[in-house]
Amino acid sequence: MTTLLILAVLVLGLMAVLRLSRVYELTATLRGKREEMISDRDNRMNARLMWLFPFFYFGFFIWLTLHYKDKLLPVAASEHGEWLDRMYDINWAILLAAFFLTNTLLFYFSGKYYFRKDRWAYYYPHNNKWELAWTIVPSVVLIGIIIYGLTVWNRITTAAVPGTPEVELYGKQFDWTARYPGKDGRLGATDFRLINDNNPLGIVTPASIATRLEELKAEEEAGGKQLAEEHDYLPPDRKHELEEHIAHIRRVRSRILNLRTLMEQDIAAKKAAGQESQYSFGADDIVVKEFHLPVGQDVELLIRSRDIIHSAYLPHMRAQMNAVPGMTTRMHLKPTITTDSMRLVTKNPAFDFILLCNKICGASHYNMQMALVVEPEGAYRAWLAQQKGFQTAEAATPAAAPSDSTKTTASADTNATAAVNEPKTH
Amino acid sequence: MGSVAHAPEAVHGHAHADHHHHEESFVSKYIFSQDHKMISKQFLITAIIMAWVAVVMSIIFRLQLAWPGEGFSFTHFFLGDKWAPKGVLNPNMYLALVTIHGTIMVFFVLTGGLSGTFSNLLIPFQVGARDMASGFINMLSYWAFFLASVLMISSLFVEGGPASAGWTVYPPLSALPQAIPGSGTGMTLWLASMAVFIASSLMGGLNYVVTVLNLRTKGMKMTRLPLTIWAFFVTAVLGVLSFPVLLSAALLLLLDRTLGTSFYLSEIHIGGEALDHVGGSPILFQHLFWFLGHPEVYIVLLPALGITSEVISTNARKPIFGYRAMIGSILAIGFLSFIVWGHHMFITGMNPFLGSVFVFTTLLIAIPSAVKAFNYITTLWRGNIVFTPAMLFSIGLVATFIAGGLTGIILADSALDIVVHDTYFVVAHFHIVMGMSAIFGMFAGIYHWFPRMYGRMMNNKLGYAHFWITFVCAFGVFFPMHYIGLAGAPRRYYSYSEFPMFDGVVDLNVLITFFAIIGGSAQLLFTYNFFHSIWRGQKAVQNPWRSNTLEWTAPVEHLHGNWPGAIPTVHRWPYDYSKPGKPEDFVPQTTPLDDGEEEH
Ligand code: HEM
Ligand SMILES: [Cu+2]
Ligand SMILES: [Cu+2]
Repeated sequence: MTTLLILAVLVLGLMAVLRLSRVYELTATLRGKREEMISDRDNRMNARLMWLFPFFYFGFFIWLTLHYKDKLLPVAASEHGEWLDRMYDINWAILLAAFFLTNTLLFYFSGKYYFRKDRWAYYYPHNNKWELAWTIVPSVVLIGIIIYGLTVWNRITTAAVPGTPEVELYGKQFDWTARYPGKDGRLGATDFRLINDNNPLGIVTPASIATRLEELKAEEEAGGKQLAEEHDYLPPDRKHELEEHIAHIRRVRSRILNLRTLMEQDIAAKKAAGQESQYSFGADDIVVKEFHLPVGQDVELLIRSRDIIHSAYLPHMRAQMNAVPGMTTRMHLKPTITTDSMRLVTKNPAFDFILLCNKICGASHYNMQMALVVEPEGAYRAWLAQQKGFQTAEAATPAAAPSDSTKTTASADTNATAAVNEPKTH
Repeated sequence: MGSVAHAPEAVHGHAHADHHHHEESFVSKYIFSQDHKMISKQFLITAIIMAWVAVVMSIIFRLQLAWPGEGFSFTHFFLGDKWAPKGVLNPNMYLALVTIHGTIMVFFVLTGGLSGTFSNLLIPFQVGARDMASGFINMLSYWAFFLASVLMISSLFVEGGPASAGWTVYPPLSALPQAIPGSGTGMTLWLASMAVFIASSLMGGLNYVVTVLNLRTKGMKMTRLPLTIWAFFVTAVLGVLSFPVLLSAALLLLLDRTLGTSFYLSEIHIGGEALDHVGGSPILFQHLFWFLGHPEVYIVLLPALGITSEVISTNARKPIFGYRAMIGSILAIGFLSFIVWGHHMFITGMNPFLGSVFVFTTLLIAIPSAVKAFNYITTLWRGNIVFTPAMLFSIGLVATFIAGGLTGIILADSALDIVVHDTYFVVAHFHIVMGMSAIFGMFAGIYHWFPRMYGRMMNNKLGYAHFWITFVCAFGVFFPMHYIGLAGAPRRYYSYSEFPMFDGVVDLNVLITFFAIIGGSAQLLFTYNFFHSIWRGQKAVQNPWRSNTLEWTAPVEHLHGNWPGAIPTVHRWPYDYSKPGKPEDFVPQTTPLDDGEEEH
């Protein structure tokens, strides 16, 4: 309705302008006035508007800033976020000075030197001194900005110190999953071919390989059976599709068989060397649709995607990293404010830190989010202890011996139901 | 004035008959024309039509952003029940509209339209050539552009809708129809259209380069070229060097989509199935895309800056300040624009050190940009400014260039970019610095050279109304987007209602849509003025703006070969405005230097 009204007003306004311009054109022709001879009146009017415009422009700018400054992001809740906020302040100060200076000159000159018949412009084709000045001054300022910027960038992006706890963020259309290491403190290897309903992240364990192989075999057999039974009446394109599908499943199976060999060799080799294989870390991993971090501790986030590019964006933490299928990207950050404190700071009891997707990824891109809970170390540990291991069924109690549990699940039953911890509703 | 100048009366009669030896059919004159003047008009009118398509799209998605989930008869009128049941925009269609809007504006309006129109019109005229080096290739260039436009528009009508992965079409989203319906036939048409578009662009670009290098008239040294030509020239070189890379990127994407290759795809599980692709990298596409993509933003901007240089100098009745520095900065920008592409990829997981290199090169670009801004301002200082609509748009360009260039400095600083990458802050930045600046440059060019194109004048009063409404609305629309971005709001979101954290700033979306509707409607004034003036505008005189460049020494009437007699000879640079000791405040390039006169 409002739009209709707006449209009606606009149409009427336009029609009025067009009528007026017609009338103006006709009278102008009658008076022998030529378009290219801009009248003194027009020059003066436009010059005045050039002086008026900055009042709108700067005024709008200042109004927006005053009115919205408290509605932008609240204080940074991570250590490097604080560096960035300071860096923003300093850069803004420089840029605002340049903004007001250049715009003031631009509009002041435009409004002041409008055409008058009795004078000529000042013939001033160049001045090397001035030109040098406004090459050198911006250069110096920019060099400063670059040095400052790169210093901060380097501090943010230096690799996390070894031993920093790792947490995985996994994006897919259109939600996030987190993965925490179990008692062994390490995240297990993954392979996208192992993904199924019980193993949304494709974690590699002997059990998940066995399950997946069986699933695929069943699928292949079902396909083969259908092909044999319906061979005579399937339309050719459908038959072709089915054959393609079976071939595809065979390829996937053979890759998984390769993976199994690799895994077995690695486990054996590592065992001989008295080490643990990356394939034995997976079973106790905690796969969860909730995202918790301890305050005051540096955490490395490993970011992956199942399907297309997403971006893990944590605006309150001033952190962002793309999730790219086929590779793992990393960033580390140290939260400095808990969710509870932030609720006090923002005077908003419903406040949550949010992880959102910031790379176009499809229809529901606009709603791919997960709350981040930052809490004191103790609460964090307690929360983690309640989560079930991925294939270790029971809660991850610190008592159980890590290597043991992996082995038992591996051999015990291939249908071990994997645990994906669903978020509790608070 | 030189002997070649014609009084306007002379050409209104049949003076041209002597010089015209062959009769032209309607088809060879208006359709398959090989004349640069006609081709330029064809580009312009196609671009205006495409621009309207893109503007209507933007109004549709702005309505959705301002009042998410509400139905609008406007939306329903254009999209029907399939994409807008009850007038409520479908989320996939939202992304499709954003994608096609961006594609049309960047490539079809501001690349094809802007360069195609003004390089074609002005290069032969201003360097003193009878036509482009190859009129035939020039004609092909237009028709390829036309075909590309038709393909792009036709993609709007296919089953799954048009391409929807954003104008940057990053795979895997753009490669997999399972990921978004627009990545089916719509995306194939997008790629086909762009391939044809690139062919058009290359044919045009080669022609421009060759013409500028080889067909300059006697006396037209490179250092006497108007800055328009310098800008078009460097733009054409950028296009010729970078568009092929986009073409390769598009071809590889096409192979991934059709033949099952894995250039950009690896380890993807989608639609309940593990795909066969392994070993590719989606990031590779981004490198290839932005290797064109960043030069592309200057392909869009430089012609607008060239036009502005010419218009500001002519209408300030004052030489452009620092002519050589202006050329130097065009060249520096052109060169640097090839080594900064990584600034679009700071958070793709690229090596942080590589990121640092791109920070450095990107921030260097701000230096020649600053030089240009200061030189424009100094040109206005103590000028004698005639406020034609073209001049207003040129001053507008300087303002938007400043505002957008400054936010570029934030984005180029990788550490700061972590926070605002892919948010509305970026949308604000590039619409102001690229969208508005380039479109203002295009408007300036149209108002300024309309008499040269159509032999008639556009209406100034409508031009003034058009400028001031557009100028206010441009800031009204794009300035508040900075704040939405600084609140952390991502771009390419169908709605912000799912996030209470944006509640504080979403009311800005209503304000923006309001300005967008007014600003969009103001373009009706322009369109009316443009088409009305083609037939009914006041007849033009030969040199209406009392300008120095060569195009104004040719008769108003369009002749094959541009000048009825010999091509004029050039004796001086194009910016002798208000030179002391001269009888008039302009001295055309064809005027010989007086004894002992210094060139500048
Ligand atoms: C001082 C000069 C400039 C600097 C330092 C600069 C820097 C940047 C940076 C770093 C980005 C990437 C931001 C991000 O995605 O997070 C960006 C985006 C962009 N810039 Fe600029 N820029 C400058 C001028 C320009 C100009 C002159 C144009 C066009 C004429 C332009 C057009 C664009 C476009 C189109 C994008 C967005 C691309 C997209 O993601 O869709 N910029 N700019
Ligand atoms: Cu997304
Ligand atoms: Cu760029």
